[in-house]
Amino acid sequence: MARYSVFSLAAKALGGHRSWSRAWRDPVPKPAYDVIIVGGGGHGLATAYYLAKEHGIRNVAVIEKGWLGGGNTGRNTTIVRSNYMMPGNTMFYERSVRLWEQLSQDLNFNVMFSQRGQFNLCHSPASLDAARRRGNIMRANGIDAEMLDRAEVMRRLPYIDYSERARFPILGAVFQARAGTARHDAVAWGFARAADRLGVDIIQQCEVTGFLRENGAVVGVETSRGPIRAGKVGLAVAGHSGHLAARAGLRLPIESHVLQAYVSEPLAPMIDTVISYGAAHFYISQSDKGGLVLGGDIDGYNTYAQRGGLPIVEHTLGSAVALIPSLSRLRVVRQWGGVMDMSMDGSPFISRTPIDGLYINGGWCYGGFKATPASGWCYAWTLAKDEPHPDNAEFTLDRFRHGYQIDEKGAGPTPNAH
Amino acid sequence: MLRFSCPVCGLRDETEFTYGGDATLVRPAHDDTNADHWHDYVFLRDNPRGAHREYWHHVQGCRQWLVVERDTLTHAIGLVALARESRP
Repeated sequence: MARYSVFSLAAKALGGHRSWSRAWRDPVPKPAYDVIIVGGGGHGLATAYYLAKEHGIRNVAVIEKGWLGGGNTGRNTTIVRSNYMMPGNTMFYERSVRLWEQLSQDLNFNVMFSQRGQFNLCHSPASLDAARRRGNIMRANGIDAEMLDRAEVMRRLPYIDYSERARFPILGAVFQARAGTARHDAVAWGFARAADRLGVDIIQQCEVTGFLRENGAVVGVETSRGPIRAGKVGLAVAGHSGHLAARAGLRLPIESHVLQAYVSEPLAPMIDTVISYGAAHFYISQSDKGGLVLGGDIDGYNTYAQRGGLPIVEHTLGSAVALIPSLSRLRVVRQWGGVMDMSMDGSPFISRTPIDGLYINGGWCYGGFKATPASGWCYAWTLAKDEPHPDNAEFTLDRFRHGYQIDEKGAGPTPNAH
Repeated sequence: MLRFSCPVCGLRDETEFTYGGDATLVRPAHDDTNADHWHDYVFLRDNPRGAHREYWHHVQGCRQWLVVERDTLTHAIGLVALARESRP
């Protein structure tokens, strides 16, 4: 398949855009692969891409029960940032931002990564102190962070309510200029196309229903299109990790919860950055099409239904209006839910499992989209070398057994509180 | 909006309740010193896609802990009972 370039675009345009070829093949599954990745979202496709590109493992299949990016890759609010401070998280997410910065060139596919910056608003002297601590840890690790005082936030974000009537006062913010947003579908498509070009088979409409076992080890998968053998099987099905792991007899430190997101009717350019409203746990940005993209809390109870309830709609939109009163008459045109692995400490897993031949990538909670490139990169490393890279070494499945939690929020083993 | 038939208060909205998680977990005995038992109890979940027994606290009603049978895929609610009268 041809490289995309301004010349190919011009040539196709002259032909009325009738001669574009499909971006990736639709192969019939082979009887066996070196590695099978279960789940054709951003993480699974990125894993396949980096297995082929970084480790030369090209006899790889990505098996997806629906369509590419139809799960959480297509259901998030597209925010990318690396403002983490716990050892184990910090450099992993920074690796991700550095991969994002090169991703469009690397994949030859425009993922529309826009480093428009992210504000984490602070509402009390204590939250300013916590933000400064976080910012200092980031800077000590070579990650950009900047403290902004109230006057500077007022200058940059003039539409926020700073009046006496504001629900929470805005005292300042910690700002990461290299944070931003990306086009979520393009991430799945870009990785899919790039992986396909390296020989990876992407098999859609094929559901994994169980695992092939020999002497206890996983040696392949049962699918709706028949059994497929593999040297190694890697799960990348966040949201449904528990459901699939149960078919291998594993219980995980994960509960599945739904997170909703919303898009408003399109507006003229208004919010040229990403704003996180710490007091209410709310975040907002504006897409290139003009719609405001916003989200808030999870619904808070176990669910695999990809839809949310009205109490959280009210909470989230109430937060939007409390922060930016001028949004009060704006219409929401779309709302959806994504099912997420909420882990016991709010941090993910990229790890071997207790079962030989079976590997897991999951537990992403709210934070999976930003992690996509580093998740694939580190998971590919783990699958290829049978050991973690230092950047994902702490994301083990058994860390709770050793008392080593990566609890960024300090909420304890309560998945709905992370 | 989920709605639960509280045995004390009748049919009430989800917003009056807080979620208490999986109700099938059995706490190890206080003198159990096996770390694996405690690890499994505190950290591991069946997380089923389908029928789920779970705790809800009617915190803005009668303040009773309830056990609710709810389907995690359809949100259909079955039995609702007082937690103190139902064992895991």
